[in-house]
Amino acid sequence: MKAKVVVMLKDGVLDPQGEAVRHALGALGFSGVEGVRQGKLIELDLADGTTETEIRDMCEKLLANTVIESYRIEV
Amino acid sequence: MKAAILVFPGSNCDRDLAVAFRNAGFDVQMVWHKETGLPDGVDVVGVPGGFSYGDYLRCGAIAARSPIAGALKSHADRGGYVFAPCNGFQILTECGLLPGALIRNAGLKYICRTIALRVEETQSVFTGGYDLHQTIRIPIAHHDGNYVADDEALARLRGDNLVAFRYVNTPNGAMDDIAGILSPNRRVLGMMPHPERAAEAAHGNTDGTALFTGVARALVSA
Repeated sequence: MKAKVVVMLKDGVLDPQGEAVRHALGALGFSGVEGVRQGKLIELDLADGTTETEIRDMCEKLLANTVIESYRIEV
Repeated sequence: MKAAILVFPGSNCDRDLAVAFRNAGFDVQMVWHKETGLPDGVDVVGVPGGFSYGDYLRCGAIAARSPIAGALKSHADRGGYVFAPCNGFQILTECGLLPGALIRNAGLKYICRTIALRVEETQSVFTGGYDLHQTIRIPIAHHDGNYVADDEALARLRGDNLVAFRYVNTPNGAMDDIAGILSPNRRVLGMMPHPERAAEAAHGNTDGTALFTGVARALVSA
């Protein structure tokens, strides 16, 4: 089975890379880009039967730093 | 007096840190990240700068979960001294030994230069050799030194005087100009600047020396 984990900086944590991308889009003439947040997509190839609880545990222990990041699991 | 310097794949300030501790009078042993214990009788553990595990996932994230990390945490829990510059600071926040996190510099650039730091707290063995509010010059070399923490953690750092160093002119966007912080028992110091790179005459700057001699003095008189 496969699972995807999307890790994003929490709202309220300044994302300097997202800001730089927003400025670059503006410089290319794309008007109206009001915000850009950049995150990570992690694909997991898992043994069948791996539970969402286990994936959540992986996120809490390693994949996300919950001090600054939030995560979303897509199975 | 014994110091142990942890070495991860990608550490690059481990030998600088070893020399600084040795010059302060320590017997220094290097400890590979795959070890699960520290040598007997270690007084201080150095967690060096560099790019442990290539900064993969997040700076310090993988090192913080490596086999030696458990021994590092036990050492700190027992009240042992830990000094962690640069990537070491990132590793300690990832371990949960210090609060907050270090994210990409606000200006997105890797910054490598000598900057001015203000000593904000002298009640620790690391900073006791400085005068309160003294300005010292110490090199920085990092891409992810932008310190962030939630309001509660920041309030605790300020309220308990655990901010050891602040930048005079913050180069990286760090909240509250924070360059280095102490643990509640004041025996763990994490900081982005590199005192070990300003610790002997050949460096052209010895402003960092007092940090290492301070730890040595505390152990001798203990």
